[in-house]
Amino acid sequence: MKLRIFVTLKPGVLDPQGRAIHKALGTLGFAGVNDVRAGKLIELDVADDTTDERVDAMCRELLANTVIENYRVERV
Amino acid sequence: MKTAVLVFPGSNCDRDIATALEQVGGTAPTMVWHAETELPDGVGLIAIPGGFSYGDYLRSGAIGARSPIMRAVSDAAGRGVPVLGICNGFQILTEAGLLPGALMRNAGLDFVCRDVALTVGTSQSVFTSRYAAGEQIVYPVAHHDGNYSADAETLDRLEGEGRVAFRYAGPVNGSARGIAGVLSPAGNVLGLMPHPERRIETAAHGGDDGRRMFEGLFEAVGA
Repeated sequence: MKLRIFVTLKPGVLDPQGRAIHKALGTLGFAGVNDVRAGKLIELDVADDTTDERVDAMCRELLANTVIENYRVERV
Repeated sequence: MKTAVLVFPGSNCDRDIATALEQVGGTAPTMVWHAETELPDGVGLIAIPGGFSYGDYLRSGAIGARSPIMRAVSDAAGRGVPVLGICNGFQILTEAGLLPGALMRNAGLDFVCRDVALTVGTSQSVFTSRYAAGEQIVYPVAHHDGNYSADAETLDRLEGEGRVAFRYAGPVNGSARGIAGVLSPAGNVLGLMPHPERRIETAAHGGDDGRRMFEGLFEAVGA
């Protein structure tokens, strides 16, 4: 079973990387970009009987730092 | 006193802290590889050095914090053994949940490598007993991810409980409330981004403000 884990900074947490990307887009002449937030995509290939709870535990214990990040799991 | 320095793949300040501990305490520390599961018997101080453990993969300190040795560190911290995390060591301590908050990319995106002025937040800890609260000192910094972040409630609690050990005297990396180092609730775990171990000897380092941290530690724990 393939999973895609999207890890993103919580709203309100300053994202300097997103800000730098935003600025670079502006430098290239792409106007009208209101905001940029950068995150991570982690792809997992797990045993088919892996429960949602188990995946959730993986996210909480390692893949995301829930002090500053949110995560979302998508089954591929 | 027996001291231990953890070594991870990618640690690069392990020799600096080992030298500082030996110069101030008189005895070389035991270097403990991250894959070990036990610390030396009777260890009185554990240091987690700076560097780039696991190449900062995933998040700075994230993989190191899940290394086998960290369970023993957590147990020792629970027994009151002083644990000092410097730079990447601070990141590892927050990732391990031994200290609150997180260290994010510097607000200016630049790697910051220079001497910085710090204000001592409290003298009420084994790490800061040789300093006066409010005193200004200088330690060097060298980091990319030193921007301390925590929710307002956590920051209020840290301040209210006197757990902000050091603050930057001026802007450095965008840290919330200028925080450079924080203590655990019991005060025996300190994480800080600046490097006291690189400020031991004036002739070599241009100052010796860091020396007092180690002198205080050896005095508190018994040399």
